[in-house]
Amino acid sequence: MPLFSVFLLEGTPSRLLSLSGVDILIVAVYFAAVLGIGLYLRRYAQTGEGFFLAGRDMTAWVAGLSFVSANLGALELMGWSASAYQYGILATHWYWIGAIPAMLFLGLVMMPFYYISKTHSVPGYLQLRYGEQARGLAAVMFGLMTVLMSGIDMFSMALVLRVVLGWDIHFSIWVSSITVAVYVGLGGLLSAIFNEVVQFVLIWLGALLIPIVGLVETGGWSGMVERIHHNFPGQDFTHLWSTMGSFTDNPMGIHWVGIVFGLGWVVSFGYWTTDFLVVQRVLAAKDVRSAKLAPIIGSAFKMMVPFIVILPGLLGLAVLPFKLVGQSEAVATGGHSYNEVLPLMLARYCGPGLLGLGITALIAGFMSGMAGNVSAFSTVWTYDIYRAFIRRRAPDQHYVSVGRWCTIVGVLVSIGTAYLVMQFLSIMDYVQALFTFFIAPLFGTVLLGMLWPRATPAGGFWGLLAGIASSIGMWLWVRLDPSALRYVALSPHARPMAENMYRGLWCWIVCVAVTVAVSYATQPKPAQELTGLVYGYTDLPSEGHLHLYQRPIFWACLVGGVFVILNIIFW
Amino acid sequence: MQHYRGLISIWFFVGSLLLIYGVLILGAGLYELVRPPQHPVVLASLHAGIWWGLLLIVLGAIYFFHFFPWRHKS
Repeated sequence: MPLFSVFLLEGTPSRLLSLSGVDILIVAVYFAAVLGIGLYLRRYAQTGEGFFLAGRDMTAWVAGLSFVSANLGALELMGWSASAYQYGILATHWYWIGAIPAMLFLGLVMMPFYYISKTHSVPGYLQLRYGEQARGLAAVMFGLMTVLMSGIDMFSMALVLRVVLGWDIHFSIWVSSITVAVYVGLGGLLSAIFNEVVQFVLIWLGALLIPIVGLVETGGWSGMVERIHHNFPGQDFTHLWSTMGSFTDNPMGIHWVGIVFGLGWVVSFGYWTTDFLVVQRVLAAKDVRSAKLAPIIGSAFKMMVPFIVILPGLLGLAVLPFKLVGQSEAVATGGHSYNEVLPLMLARYCGPGLLGLGITALIAGFMSGMAGNVSAFSTVWTYDIYRAFIRRRAPDQHYVSVGRWCTIVGVLVSIGTAYLVMQFLSIMDYVQALFTFFIAPLFGTVLLGMLWPRATPAGGFWGLLAGIASSIGMWLWVRLDPSALRYVALSPHARPMAENMYRGLWCWIVCVAVTVAVSYATQPKPAQELTGLVYGYTDLPSEGHLHLYQRPIFWACLVGGVFVILNIIFW
Repeated sequence: MQHYRGLISIWFFVGSLLLIYGVLILGAGLYELVRPPQHPVVLASLHAGIWWGLLLIVLGAIYFFHFFPWRHKS
């Protein structure tokens, strides 16, 4: 899930880090490598299936790493490190309960329907299950949000590079976006997936040194906790659940009900199971078993990400000789903000060469997120808007050309958005809010479509529309009358994160209720039209002949068991 | 990957990049060992650059040679 904490444009301090020659060489080698991979893969992206779905030929490992890498953007790395400094280990909830159950559910329950239906996208599944109206609504919302989000990521990246390295904003925007446009435009999803796997490895190897050396400095976990208690007496930064009995007992101002049902259910399941940006990677798997295994493999790596994201934030609490503050206070006082904790830790432990690798990891994270957005946009625009509503019958080659042009147009729109945000920072809040309007109701629509045969085309469309409308309505209500927060988020003291989670929960309920009501009032689809789309009407391949260790359910249980144990250890 | 005949494995690209980075980081670490900087990083005595560079070289070499494209052509 993206976290949108960004650096404010005005009043930024001088650069945090200086790169040596070898660091710049490491960054340059990375750019050369991603462009080289794109050029090499061009010959393999000549057909529609090759360009948009990587030939449906990826192993479970490649699809799984790409799946988790598309989400592991640099804003995610820097944003959640900042949150760990601010809120402590509570930020881990976004990696564990806010991701693992949903990823396992996607692999075991939903992926077989996405894969067997032979759809090329999530809106494509809606068309098969509910018809053109639902597909059109989802495709337009998703396409719009994706390029706008890509622009915001691009702007944020340029801003971070300016603050951290002193790089010119325009240089960062154009160099990174042209690179992404070239390698995705040439090699399509295959190129995006290849680069995401490379980026995933670089992110880990670039960021892993901070927690290792940090733990050496503090004398291990217990030494780190001792230092945090010494530096911040009376505050609890190292327990996941024990402080969540009341809104006021933890620094995040959130109750366990909001975390479990808002984050762990609606927001997390909505994002991980219906956001096409991540689902597209798994659709490229070579068979159903690989498609089921890919999110499970991804979930195992996702569970480990707090080691390179949350731990540096906690180590910052323990070892930094000064206290980090909020962005506005940092601007006013000339101090350092929470957002700078990861670069500060990088500067603390990493000399020449290692610093270049760490910065390359951040740039790789930014570019993997941007490439994910652009490749998903290209597929949805070409298949779910252009082919569905503009030109129905054309040769496959024509759609590949449209896809390549869409990649370039998507990047240009993203650049335009980046410059628009530069002029009007408040646009960022609106676009991010729009994204959350869409994901939670879509999860209700897709889930009912897969598990409830009685859901009708009219029910699916009106349920999705009502869910989106109710989410927008609640958001506007709180903006116009802040006291409405007590109704939407069940507490007048709820923070924005809590408001988002409760709003997601309510609009999901509205979507499900309207879908059910309208479905009972309208004619269901005949059974033969539900084949391959709905539970009970789909022949799922038997796994009885496989060894236990080859079955996705075995690995899902293993990951689920580790997930439970980790939550108990850090309770 | 059966669909793409002759496609070089992704792990070969990963290995190549790690190998290059390993050599660069090891080189930078050794240079620091010979000429210590005026403002060293915290725990510079661990010489993280040297052993991290070596780790990247070992990992990179394993992937580079195991997935070397010509090996699979023969």
